[in-house]
Amino acid sequence: MRSRPYTALVAVAVALTATACTAQNQEQQKPKAKAALFKSGSEISYKKYGKDYPATKAKDVPGPCSYESISRKDYSGQTLKIISHAVPVIGEPTQLHAKQFEDITGGKVEVVNVPFGELHQKILTPLQAGQPAYDVMFYPSLWIGDMAPYLAPVPKTYLNSPGMKDVTKAYMDVATWNGKVVQYPIDGDRHYLKVRTDVLMDPKRQAEYKKATGKELRVPRTWAEYQQTAKFFSGKDFDGDGKANYGSAEVTKRDDLTFSAFISRAAPYVKNPDVKGGVFFDVKTMKPLINTPGFVRALDDMVKAKSTWAPGGANFGLGDEIFSFGGGQTLMSYSWDDAFIQAQQPDSRIRNKIQAAPLPGSTEVYNRTTKSWDSKANQAPYFTWGWTSAVAKPSPHQQMAFDYLCFFGNEANTALDLTIGRFGVNPYRNAHFDPAFWEKQGWDKDVAESYVHTLSGMEKSTNRVFDLRVPGVNQYMSALANGVAAALAGQSSPQQALDDVAKEWSKITDQIGTDKVQSAYRNVVELEDNS
Amino acid sequence: MDGLRRHKSMFLLPGLLTLFLIIIFPLLFTIRVSFSGWNVSNPAMDFIGGANYTAMLHDSRFWASITRLILLAGGTVLIQYVVGFGMALLVWRETRGRRLWRVLFLIPMMTTPVVMAAIWQTIFHESLGPANDLLDMLGLTGIPWLTESGPALVALMTVEVWQWTPFMFLLLLAGLLSLPKEPFMAAAIDGAGTWRTFWKVTFPLMAPVSVAAVIIRLIEASKLSDSVYVLTSGGPGSSTETPGYYLYIQGLRDQQTGYGGAMSLTYLVLMIVTLTVVAALLTRAFKLKGDS
Repeated sequence: MRSRPYTALVAVAVALTATACTAQNQEQQKPKAKAALFKSGSEISYKKYGKDYPATKAKDVPGPCSYESISRKDYSGQTLKIISHAVPVIGEPTQLHAKQFEDITGGKVEVVNVPFGELHQKILTPLQAGQPAYDVMFYPSLWIGDMAPYLAPVPKTYLNSPGMKDVTKAYMDVATWNGKVVQYPIDGDRHYLKVRTDVLMDPKRQAEYKKATGKELRVPRTWAEYQQTAKFFSGKDFDGDGKANYGSAEVTKRDDLTFSAFISRAAPYVKNPDVKGGVFFDVKTMKPLINTPGFVRALDDMVKAKSTWAPGGANFGLGDEIFSFGGGQTLMSYSWDDAFIQAQQPDSRIRNKIQAAPLPGSTEVYNRTTKSWDSKANQAPYFTWGWTSAVAKPSPHQQMAFDYLCFFGNEANTALDLTIGRFGVNPYRNAHFDPAFWEKQGWDKDVAESYVHTLSGMEKSTNRVFDLRVPGVNQYMSALANGVAAALAGQSSPQQALDDVAKEWSKITDQIGTDKVQSAYRNVVELEDNS
Repeated sequence: MDGLRRHKSMFLLPGLLTLFLIIIFPLLFTIRVSFSGWNVSNPAMDFIGGANYTAMLHDSRFWASITRLILLAGGTVLIQYVVGFGMALLVWRETRGRRLWRVLFLIPMMTTPVVMAAIWQTIFHESLGPANDLLDMLGLTGIPWLTESGPALVALMTVEVWQWTPFMFLLLLAGLLSLPKEPFMAAAIDGAGTWRTFWKVTFPLMAPVSVAAVIIRLIEASKLSDSVYVLTSGGPGSSTETPGYYLYIQGLRDQQTGYGGAMSLTYLVLMIVTLTVVAALLTRAFKLKGDS
């Protein structure tokens, strides 16, 4: 009985302290006003931040995220903590914009750069433990199923900004979870085909190909054509530099995004426009579909493609793929923008000798309802994750955090970031689909148009595949990559490898909870079926 | 006296506290975690009994990685012992440039494992690496070092042997330098040749150092994961995956914290038991050799 007054006193003290802290936090969140450091429409360049940045300039576009608006805010005395990927991909622009943000607002910004393999746990573990270690987080958007419960929804002020309004529908969908925008779009990624036009458009090569195969040499429209073309040119010195060239560069290293490469190959075989209800699982039963005939055929194709890869191609990570195609070693590749941008760098020997095209399709697509193959030409663009950013729900600096992200992705910064290949920032706003913008960077008209039309064409497609964005997505993708790698290494047949993956997926679903995964997977199916 | 004893205990306290914080507490915590369903989407410390251990018993990938490790560790440590002993014998007696050789032999061990593995990855690169260039110069076909299971294991073993033979060399050389001179003088008087002296005198006298060196290296080799991470990432397929690397994938990358805990503990117990048995067998074998 005696302890009661003390208990009450402690409770009151805790409540008062909490209120005081909250009030202090709220006070901290609000920036003070100061004079703008930039005039509206000023010319922006990164020149003052080092020689590594090109002298390219962009105009500050008026709006709440512009240099002019953000520089009116005084965040001195506040510190923002950010976690991002290792330099350079996304990590470098995170650091650069942090320095700029510090310079113009007076606030302190601490950036922690983490290798890809450690990023997930370094972000999620503190959030799970209720410790807001970071205010802002940069991570692959497919982790939304794991992250969503810990993210602060993007406030309306930012959602109504002109820059955000211009984000394409696909990327606003990627940022949305259960009807709320919880991820702040800063990048748009998708897989598409890249080819060397100096070979494919060369009349001499076309004649040789026709003579040998009886077919026209062109940018492949199906995976079968891709294989035939890649095989024909593999091992030949088709650019006359005295070294052998190869047909195809693909991401095949088990723990280096192989799952995305495989999904690209499987998409046209498994995404049937007439069949709704999920590509990876049957959303009604949550039975894995990963070992159905469409996926097996894609893995068969991938195993056959080994003969078209450069030496070591069976262990290519994303970096190898970038430099194999971007460096002119291979005729074709498919993955994110990086290899294309690498090939278009001013010092590249294949600059303006390349073209972008949609991912190859198929002449038939599996129908899991009728359990048979439908004979029809099919293409299925794959929106494969892409970097995103978000603000932690428990962050005491939410306004500063959103202001930083708003500044990171403002029109001027994005225009400059898009031109620096190593940054990993790729088109995600309608304004980015303008060939003139790329021509200004020295791209030939044909190259710029092929790039822009390929990317914007994906936005218009109604038969798209998105990533499996469910809780535990890393586990599912790790199991898939393991199966693909086992088949590529000859340890299992494609069917056996994918049967093993399906078993593993069922186990993972049971472990996480079928209802939980199903509820999340409905969001993915909704994106695909409504597209 | 009692006061002095009490003060002595006080001096031990910081050490004990540190031991508790960095060894005992994490161990107890891991035991608790291994009985929970803590994973990426369920951060709760709930109690799920032995479910993680049951799952582990059926995890063929885990057991395959342990079998692989036994072969890798056993093979590489044996090679390291033989080569390291040979190198130590070379510079044991007065040799020209003895000091220089000793320093040169130690360089691989001083290199950071991850950096060293990255360099070896370049060496084994199938189209740009010097390993295949060398084979080409000799008129031999290039080897798919990192994309075929067999060659990938050979590549991994090469890296391990290259890096850790100097450690074996260092311990064995220290052992050789501390040997008494009398048995060698007696052998010389008896007219024993070089080989006989080595087999009947040097080798048996080196038994304690040899056992210690082999066991220390086996303990180190059982943790093999950094060079796997850089060189092959466990591939092609899962043909170079070791328990350490598999634990990293499950426990840290895929955040199967509970399951990772169960595997770590099982792995720890297995290693303690195996290495204790191996140490006992080696001691016995060397002792028998010495007796004969």
